[in-house]
Amino acid sequence: MDAANDALVKVKNVKKYFPIKGGILKRTIGHLKAVDDVSFSIMKGETLGIVGESGSGKSTLGRVMLRLLDPTEGSIYFNGTDISHLNRRKIRPHRRDMQIVFQDPFASLNSKMSVAELIEEPLIVQSSLTKAERKEQAIEIIEKVGLRAEDRLKYPHEFSGGQRQRISIARALVTRPKFVICDEPVSALDVSIQAQVLNLMKDLQDELGLTYLFIAHDLSVVKHISNRVAVMYLGRIVEIATKKSLYNNAYHPYTQALLTSIPVIDHGQNDIPRKTKIKLTGDLPSPSDPPSGCTFRTRCPMAHERCSLERPELIEKDAGHFVACHLYTE
Amino acid sequence: MNPNLQESEAKMPDMNRGKGQNKSYSPFQLGIQRFMKNKMAVASVIVLFLIVIVCVMAPVFTNIDPEETNLLLIEKGPSDEHILGTNGVGQDNFSRLLYGGRVSLIVGFSAMFFTLIIGVVLGSLAGYYGGKVDNLIMRATDIVLMLPFLVLVLTIMALIDKVTIGLFVTIIALTSWPNLTRIIRGTYLSLREQEFVLSARAIGATDFRIIFKHFIPNAIGPIVVNATLMMASYIIIESGLSFIGFGIPKPTPTWGNMISEAQNIRILRNHPHAWIPPGLGILVTVLSINFIGDGLRDAFDPKSNRR
Repeated sequence: MDAANDALVKVKNVKKYFPIKGGILKRTIGHLKAVDDVSFSIMKGETLGIVGESGSGKSTLGRVMLRLLDPTEGSIYFNGTDISHLNRRKIRPHRRDMQIVFQDPFASLNSKMSVAELIEEPLIVQSSLTKAERKEQAIEIIEKVGLRAEDRLKYPHEFSGGQRQRISIARALVTRPKFVICDEPVSALDVSIQAQVLNLMKDLQDELGLTYLFIAHDLSVVKHISNRVAVMYLGRIVEIATKKSLYNNAYHPYTQALLTSIPVIDHGQNDIPRKTKIKLTGDLPSPSDPPSGCTFRTRCPMAHERCSLERPELIEKDAGHFVACHLYTE
Repeated sequence: MNPNLQESEAKMPDMNRGKGQNKSYSPFQLGIQRFMKNKMAVASVIVLFLIVIVCVMAPVFTNIDPEETNLLLIEKGPSDEHILGTNGVGQDNFSRLLYGGRVSLIVGFSAMFFTLIIGVVLGSLAGYYGGKVDNLIMRATDIVLMLPFLVLVLTIMALIDKVTIGLFVTIIALTSWPNLTRIIRGTYLSLREQEFVLSARAIGATDFRIIFKHFIPNAIGPIVVNATLMMASYIIIESGLSFIGFGIPKPTPTWGNMISEAQNIRILRNHPHAWIPPGLGILVTVLSINFIGDGLRDAFDPKSNRR
């Protein structure tokens, strides 16, 4: 994992704590640990999938990486530069290289702007192109994402969810970024359209040499697009491995539980052995008051005494396959 | 689930090809179309437009100076020369009605305009930046809202010798900006959490750009609606203050000044032609503006139901 030479993005010990204010004087009475000590890197041209339940901190992590939120601690290296402490003006030039596609295509497009305005806005902010050049680039990217050039005069309300997500993608890609965070880009779409959009994103990745961080809440979507997958639970990464290794040989009980929750039609071709079927019970504990030791222990069928005392660190179980679980520490 | 998501993508191109390939309406144009379907609001626009035209073009309709007194013609009934008769100092009521409408409309409009500027600037700062800026501005609105409007205005008017229209407008604007500021701040607070604002941040847009391109266009519905309704209330405030003698001072004609002459029981009983027209003027103008405001709210803020 530390072959840092061609790592495009490197996240090191990043924490994001939201203060919880209470009382009459609005004093900080606690912290919501949305992201708690996360480190990983993303290679050029790869797709890292991040999977976790709602509230696991995956979206917060994405926003911190783009500095839409400021990290409480830790550093984020983008293309070798530490961007975690740059001020707003200094970070602006980096923004053309890193973009984000949001989950809800109905909320992420300003409904008062036409498609042309939406897609040309990043160019207005980030470049000094003339009007004609902007139009040309916008049309190019509109056609790349599978819309028609004449659609640029329409408004978002005239499009369906899938088409709106294409507009979002066009807006994110028009400055030709190197790195794109996809924050559950297909979760709000119909299943039939999910596949179309995923395939589009994959094609664009090949064509434009993009690096993706793909956030999703279930492993089935991530499987389609990722090279490596990280599983998050309560703000921490509990397992990170290549796709093949993770899907065939998951170590962490939580990952195993997520894998068995994927509905499968044909058991004969299923990779997961039936005997490891784990059912998760209960809810995600509150991130403002996480359990001691291993945060998953309250729902873990294999929990033992040590889990409540000590927090498991990520260890390399197999080459490139990291897991944070006491079952694998001697 | 959002019902719009149910539309299958395959269906969309057909729809586009079918009807009106070139017709693509912006949300603003769609709002205008909705407004045009509201008969009451459209009628009100026409009525208000006529009132404005008549008042602005007052010299075309009468050639009598509204401030010219004639002690030989005091409290005369309607005649060919003085259609609505004359008042207690022999000024022509009809001329005063037209010129007075001018003043009332100017007061309403310019007070609304000033309030709008103060409200948009302070509301934007408070709603966009939050934190200390927000705290400061909100405490200022609390203080201004806490002051009893009437007592404050009466005190200021009593202290100042010569109240001009400009001064009157300034006083109204300075005492009534907090409501609009709060509305704009509230709208911004809800907009701030939306993903399209994050998306604008992600491309590196400046605060200025985010406020002007993303916040204001999305808050324009509540802003316009409230500004319109405010204008109506300013016209009423002007008449009310003029009626009790604390408005724009006498020789200047305003609708409120004209009605205040009906405080005299003799005029109230015997000269309805002197006070009914300005009263109707206020009623019809304020009613039209309110209908327009309601129409705008239904058209540009379709989520809020008719009240």
